[in-house]
Amino acid sequence: MRQRSLTYRRGIDLGIRLISFLAALFGMAMLGWILSIVILKGMPAINWQFFTELPAPPGMPGGGLANAILGTLLITLLAVLMGVPIGLAAGVWLAEFGQQSKTAEAVRFAANLLMGTPSIIIGVFVYVAIVMTTGHFSGISGAVALAIIMLPVVARTAEDMLALVPSALREAALALGVPRWKATLGIVFRSAKTGLLTGILLAVARVSGETAPLLFTSLNSPYWPESFNEPTANLTVTIFNYAMSPYEDWQTLAWGASLLIAASVLGTTVISRGLLWYRSK
Amino acid sequence: MQTKTHINLDPAFRWLTLASGLAVLLLVGSILYTLVMGAMPALKHFGFGFLTSQEWDPAFMEFGALSSIYGTLASTAIGMLIAVPLSLVIALFLVEIAPPAVSRIVGGAIELLAAIPSIIYGMWGLFVFAPFMADHAQPWLASIAPGFALFQGPPMGIGMLSAGIILALMVLPFITSVTRDVFQMVPAVVKESAYGMGSTTWEVTRKVTIPYGIQGVVGACFLGLGRAIGETMAVTFVIGNRHEISASLFAAGNSIASTLANEFTEASDDLYLAALIELGLVLFGVTLVLQWAARWWLRRTARKLGAVR
Repeated sequence: MRQRSLTYRRGIDLGIRLISFLAALFGMAMLGWILSIVILKGMPAINWQFFTELPAPPGMPGGGLANAILGTLLITLLAVLMGVPIGLAAGVWLAEFGQQSKTAEAVRFAANLLMGTPSIIIGVFVYVAIVMTTGHFSGISGAVALAIIMLPVVARTAEDMLALVPSALREAALALGVPRWKATLGIVFRSAKTGLLTGILLAVARVSGETAPLLFTSLNSPYWPESFNEPTANLTVTIFNYAMSPYEDWQTLAWGASLLIAASVLGTTVISRGLLWYRSK
Repeated sequence: MQTKTHINLDPAFRWLTLASGLAVLLLVGSILYTLVMGAMPALKHFGFGFLTSQEWDPAFMEFGALSSIYGTLASTAIGMLIAVPLSLVIALFLVEIAPPAVSRIVGGAIELLAAIPSIIYGMWGLFVFAPFMADHAQPWLASIAPGFALFQGPPMGIGMLSAGIILALMVLPFITSVTRDVFQMVPAVVKESAYGMGSTTWEVTRKVTIPYGIQGVVGACFLGLGRAIGETMAVTFVIGNRHEISASLFAAGNSIASTLANEFTEASDDLYLAALIELGLVLFGVTLVLQWAARWWLRRTARKLGAVR
């Protein structure tokens, strides 16, 4: 082996340490840059009108994104109602019944593939499957797309969380004569409560910032959301349209919407991670 | 002792949960089937030439995927070239160098980069990062390498290079966190014995940690690659959306995802729509293969290292 002086080796080591420290600093700086820009540019748009008024034509004073805020909440809620129960049930099957069987392996594999599928592909799928069939864009198709994105996330985290529940708990319940479904829902679920909630929150955080699957399912609308069967206003598509527009006041509204989305997504993520951390203690 | 209900709900519960599990399986199948069916008119009309033609002219119903495929590959390649080395040294910092408290805070901040929605990267990219590239980075690159084909053309800010850099930022947290976990899997005894022989931290990393975890690192890169290749909104905002292949990294281009995001609602003709769906099919196929390869690889690695992730 080639001999190198200690100074040389220490120098290389110090150099690498410095580079890795700078890289970590760079990562933090980028996070800080992006967040501070979103806050700085978004704050001026946030006022009472922003939350209460419909968008105004460009050039007109005032106007807000109340319809898009409401639309986003409704679409996300509908997506949760569709995606979470099926996801939880799939997670229960994987953890309680399927376990190591071939079918369970196939389902796990499919869930992993689905998690890695780009969200715009889910959008194209829902477009062909629902929008083309019904002949029009609709809020419900957007919610279906978001539900499909949530489904594998909820299923996989639910499985992991349920698998952490000690079998002794299940056995004790079953030994007392409790039916399997009651043992699962009443006892296993209860002890995995925090973990399940975290999984659901992470899935919600993931979809509430999604734009691509809504571009050609929910589309957008300048009106109040009245029916899920027609194009429905939502924040992310509004950001896309307004940011690309040449009007400065629309761009300001887009920054305001970005701030709102970023704050809620990051907030949800931090809360759910906190829950997970608290649980693991 | 029998209580009031005699109906056994357990089989129903079991079937209901099984049906939900199978729904996930069915979904992947039906996405593939639906995309193939939707793309059928284009598949029949253009055949294999779709993948090799650069022509994209909706007015004359000429559609070729080559520029979109090229843009997807080029932007992803730039992103990975930047993200992989950065992620490795950040993971190294988190595992070997930083004290635990610092490591937790920095690690948390890096993971937050993954939680920022894609559209926010797009807004920031279009209004802040692209002007920065146009005013500072691109003129500087052009001046240090004059005449270099990659850095030709007017510094517009938007284009392939900016899209690649933003992609790098977006996949960085994924590669970092998997790499960190892989580095942590290396048994302490193995590292301690190297330290005991008087190795420096870098020597331990290069001779012990990286060789030990190399499989996991490769898997992490595959996972990041899968993310980058399908990333839509951030790329759509900054790539420039032009159906042309250019050697310069400053030039505007497009990717499969950005073409879909921009043109899907404009597709007035059946053939136009089918061509776009076929683009989606190509992207879906590529991500499926990448995902499959990454999972297979990481599972093999986890088994070898004796830990399951």
